[in-house]
Amino acid sequence: MSGQTHRLASGGEIDRARPLGFSFDGRAYQGYAGDTLASALIANGVRLVGRSFKYHRPRGIYSIGPEEPNALVRLRQGGRAEPNTRATVAELYDGLAAESQHRWPSLGLDIGWVNDLLGPFIPSGFYYKTFMGPGRGAWMVYEKYIRKAAGLGTAAREPDPDRYEKRALWCDVLVVGGGPAGIAAALATAETGARVVLADERASFGGALRRERMTIGGLAGRDWAGNSIDALAARGNVTLLPRTTVFGYYDGNGLGAVERVQDHVPTPGEYLPRQRLWNIRARRVVLATGAIEQPLVFAGNDKPGVMLASAARGYVNQYAARPGTRAVIATGNDDAYRTAIDLALAGVEVVAVVDHRPAADGALPRAARARGIDVVTGHAVVGTIGMMDVAAVEIARIDPQGALADGAARQLACDLVCASGGWQPAVHLHSHTGAKPVFDDTINAFVPGPSRQAELSVGAARGAFALADCLADGLRAGAEAAKATGHGSGAVPPTPACEDGGVQAPARALWPVPRPPGVRGKAFVDIQDDVTDKDVALAHREGYVSVEHLKRYTTLGMGTDQGKISNLAGHAIMAGLRGQSMQQVGTTTFRPPYTPVAFAAFAGRELGRHYQPIRRTPTHAWHEANGATFIEAGLWVRPQVYMRGGEQMGDAIAREVRAVRGNLGICDVSTLGKIDVQGPDAAKFLDRVYCNTFSTLPAGRARYGLMLREDGIVMDDGTTSRLSEHRFFMTTTTANAGKVMTHLEYYLSVVWPELKVQVASVTEQWAGIAVAGPKSRELLQRAMTGVDLSNEALPFMGVRDGLLAGIPARVFRISFSGELAYEVNVPSDFGVAAWEALMAAGNPLDAVPYGLEAMGVMRIEKGHVVGSELDGRTTPGDLNMDRLVSKKKDFIGRQLMGRPGLVDPKRKRLVGLVPVDGRTRIRAGAQIVADPRAPAPVEMLGHVTSACPSASLNHPIALALVSGGLERKGQTLHAAFPLRNESVAVKVVDPVFVDPEGKRLHG
Amino acid sequence: MLIRCPWCGERDHAEYFYGGDATVKRPAENAGVQAWNDYVYLRDNPKGPHRELWQHQAGCREWLVVTRDTLTHDILGVEPVKGAAR
Repeated sequence: MSGQTHRLASGGEIDRARPLGFSFDGRAYQGYAGDTLASALIANGVRLVGRSFKYHRPRGIYSIGPEEPNALVRLRQGGRAEPNTRATVAELYDGLAAESQHRWPSLGLDIGWVNDLLGPFIPSGFYYKTFMGPGRGAWMVYEKYIRKAAGLGTAAREPDPDRYEKRALWCDVLVVGGGPAGIAAALATAETGARVVLADERASFGGALRRERMTIGGLAGRDWAGNSIDALAARGNVTLLPRTTVFGYYDGNGLGAVERVQDHVPTPGEYLPRQRLWNIRARRVVLATGAIEQPLVFAGNDKPGVMLASAARGYVNQYAARPGTRAVIATGNDDAYRTAIDLALAGVEVVAVVDHRPAADGALPRAARARGIDVVTGHAVVGTIGMMDVAAVEIARIDPQGALADGAARQLACDLVCASGGWQPAVHLHSHTGAKPVFDDTINAFVPGPSRQAELSVGAARGAFALADCLADGLRAGAEAAKATGHGSGAVPPTPACEDGGVQAPARALWPVPRPPGVRGKAFVDIQDDVTDKDVALAHREGYVSVEHLKRYTTLGMGTDQGKISNLAGHAIMAGLRGQSMQQVGTTTFRPPYTPVAFAAFAGRELGRHYQPIRRTPTHAWHEANGATFIEAGLWVRPQVYMRGGEQMGDAIAREVRAVRGNLGICDVSTLGKIDVQGPDAAKFLDRVYCNTFSTLPAGRARYGLMLREDGIVMDDGTTSRLSEHRFFMTTTTANAGKVMTHLEYYLSVVWPELKVQVASVTEQWAGIAVAGPKSRELLQRAMTGVDLSNEALPFMGVRDGLLAGIPARVFRISFSGELAYEVNVPSDFGVAAWEALMAAGNPLDAVPYGLEAMGVMRIEKGHVVGSELDGRTTPGDLNMDRLVSKKKDFIGRQLMGRPGLVDPKRKRLVGLVPVDGRTRIRAGAQIVADPRAPAPVEMLGHVTSACPSASLNHPIALALVSGGLERKGQTLHAAFPLRNESVAVKVVDPVFVDPEGKRLHG
Repeated sequence: MLIRCPWCGERDHAEYFYGGDATVKRPAENAGVQAWNDYVYLRDNPKGPHRELWQHQAGCREWLVVTRDTLTHDILGVEPVKGAAR
C-alpha cells in the first residue's frame, strides 16, 4: 500500500480517524472518510487516471466537480458496475473498487496512443471522409474496429441487484444548489412558512464555501453553511435533499432530480433504494447552481498536472490533498490568485502566477504579492513540457491586445499548472426551460436571459460572483419567491457581513492562447472529446457557420460533460474566426440531463412483472389451478390452453377444438370490451357509429356490428344487443375496448353533443363465459333457471335474462366458434361461482375448458376476422362484408369509403388458403406471390394474416389478404417466407372452412 | 405541461389524451369528397396559440378545448368542449 504522500498534516473536511481502503486498477490505496475518489487519488499521488477518447493521451484529474472530463472510471463490480462515473463526485467508501477506462492493455501502456502521433492525419470528420466515401464498403469493414477503439466504458452485463425508486414532490419554492446563494434563498423562504425544498448534488451543503477560505458573520464559510443547514433541518416546512442532482427543468415548472441515496456505501442498506428519482413540481424555482470554471486553450493543456485553478485549491482546502508540489497559475482574472495563496498556505511552492492581463492590481493579486508570490503579468502559459506528465510550462509575452508580443518563450519548471479561463454560470437548467442565455461582456460568459418559467437565477448562476452579492441575491430571491406563493411580506432579511478576498478587477478572455512559433503540442478545446483549436478552425474553413453544426462536426461538447468546460472556448474561437461577437455566435442548446442519470433510476420499480399493469379475469385463479398456461393479450392475461399431464401443446389445442365441435367446451371471454349505451337517441347514435343498422334491431336481439373510421377503414367489430328501447349493450374486441370508448365519447361530446346518449365502460363489471358445442343448450338448461332456452324462445342472436345457480345472468346466443353456442354474463364478483356452477353442471356432459388457442383455431376455421385482419388498412369490402354496409343511412366512414382506391377490384381481399400438398404449414406473415422462382423484385400479391393447423380438417389452413380476393378462388399461388427460405404452394379457397352454410349455429 | 381541467383542477398532461385540432369541423353529410378529404387528412401546423381537443382520460373523461402555444407549450385557456366556440 502506497502512502498518502500528498496529504496535508491538518485541515480539510476529511476524518483522519476513519481511514478507508480502496483500489484503483487493482492497486490498493487508502483515503479518509470525507474524500471523493478523486481527492483520495490525489492524496496518494496518483496523477494518471485515464486515456483520452480519440488520441489515447494520458490524462489526469482536471476538475473537482461534475464537469470532470478525464477521471471517468468504472465503479464497482458485477451487476453493480457503473461505467463513466466521475471520480470527482464519487464519494469514497471502504472497499471501493474502481478501474480506469478506455485503455488497452493498461493505463500506463496504451496501444491507442499511436493515434496521438497520427494526430495530424485524423482531423475532425476523418473517419467519415475516409471510410464513408464513394463505395461505402470500407465503412462496413472498419466500423467495428473504429467503434471499439473509441467509445467510453462498458456497461454491466448482469442485472442490477439494487432497487431504484421514484417519488413525487410538491413545494412552493424549490432552491437548486446549496451554496451560499442557495442557502440564503432557502433561509429567507423558510422564514415565511412556505414549503421549501433545497437540493444539492453534494453530500454536504455549502457549495463553494466548502472549497474556499471565506467567512460569513465571522464564521468560516463551511461553519456558517453547517449552522444554516441545521437551522433549516429543524423546520417542518423545509425538505433538504443532499446528494440530489436536479438534472432537468421541464414544462409547467416540473423538475427531475436524482438522489444518490446509497451510492456512497458498498451496498444499499436494507429497504433503501440505491437511487431515487424525484419528480418535483414547484410554484417557484430559485436556481443557485453556481458557475463552472473554464480552462485555457494552450498547447499541451491536457496533460496530467494541468487542472482548473479552483479545483487545485479546492483539493487543498476541502480534502487536504495536494495536487502537486511546484505550481504555476495561468490566468486572466483575479479569482485564480486565490489558488496561489491557498496553495502557498498549504506548503505548495508557487513558482509564479502568469497573468495575460497587462496589469493585476486587485485585492487578491496584491495579497498574493504580499506573500512573496511571483506575479508575471502580460504573459501567458503557451505550452507544457513533458510526455506523461507536466515537467514545465512555456510562457510568452502577450501584448495588451491579446496578441503575441516580441520575445522568445521561456520555461518554468513545475508539476502543477492551475489554469483559469474565467467562470461560466451554470445556466443549464435555465436553458432547459427554453430561455436563451445572453453574453455578458463584463464577465466574458453567458448569463441567464429573460425567464420562460417561474424561475430566477441567483448568485454565481447569474454571474454575480462576489460572496456578498451571492448572499444578498439569494435572500432577495427567496423572500420574493415566498411572497409570490402567498407567504411572507417580501421583506428581505439583512445580508450578513462576509469576507471573500475583496473586490476583483475585470477579467480578460484570451481564446485561444496564441501559439508562438516552435511551441508544439495540441491545444484542446474539449478535453473529453479530444477537440482541438485546429478542429474548430477546420470546421470554420469547411463552412460550418452555426455552433450547432460545429458541435456535430467536431463533437465539441458531446461527451458526458456536455461541454461544461468546452463550449465557451469553442464558441469564442469560432466567433474570433468569423469576426463576430459571442452574442451573434450564441451557444448550443442545453438539454436535460445536466449530468448523466442511470437508466435504472428512470426505470425505477417498473421492471419485469412490474413493467406494466396486469389485468386478470375474475376466474384467473381457477384457470391457474386447472392447468392453464397463459398468454398476454394487451394488459390482459388469458388462458392459452389447459394442458393435461403429458400432453404436447398442439395436441391439447386440437383436443379442445374437437371437444367444442363434437361435444361441449367452456371458455373465459371476460376480456371482451363492454360498453353500456343508454338514452333516447341510443339507436340513432349506433346507426351513425356502425356501418350497419341498429335502429331496426328489436329488444332482446343481438347483431354483429362493424365500425369504421372516417376514412372508410374498419376500426373494430363486435356483437351489440338491444336490451330495451333506449338501452344497448355493445361489445368490442379485447384490444380496442379503450379506443372504442374514447371514440364514442368523442362523437358524443364533440361532434353530436345534441344526442341524448350516455356511454359507460362496463368491461370489468361483467364476467363473460362462452359455452359452445352441440351440448351447450343442454348444459345451460341444467345450470340455469328462470329462462326458456329453447330454440324458439332464444333463437340464434337472441338475448335473455335468467339465473345461473341463483346468480342474475344474461344469456346471449352468439357464436364465435361456429357451433351452437352461448355467452353468459354475470356480475364480476359472481364470476367464479358462475364458472364453477357451469363446470359442475358440465362434468356429466364431459365439458372441457378451452383457451385462447382453441378459440383462435376455431375462428380461423370459420373465417372470422380479428386484429390480424382488421389491421387499419382493410375496408368492409376487403373482408367480404360489403353486404353489411347500409345504403340507406349516413354513418362514420361513409363519405370517404367510396374513393377509387378503396373500391379498386385489385385490392387485397380476404381469402382462405390450404397447402396444395395438404400438409405443409403456412406461416402467418408469409408473402403471397405467383411464382416463387421469379427474379426479384417480385410482385407481392398479398400476405398471410392468420394460420393454424385445423383440428377439424386435419390439415393446415390460413387466412390471407390477396389482391383480387375470391376472384382467385381455385388458383394456386405461393406463400413465400424468405427469412426461412420457405415457399409453400397454396390453393385459394373460401375463407370459411367449417360449416360454410352456418347450419350448426341454428336449430 | 399542466392543464387545468374545469372539473378536476390542475393536472399533469399525462392524464390527458390529445384529440387533435379543435378548429376543424366535421362537414355536412353531402359536403362532397373534397371537403371530407380535407377534414380527415388536412391539418394546419400553426406556430403559436392553437385550439386543441384534449380528453381528461385519466380523470373525469370530459373533452376539453385547450388553447396551447405550440412554440412554448404554454396553456392559455381550457374550456369544456360543450359550449366552447368552435
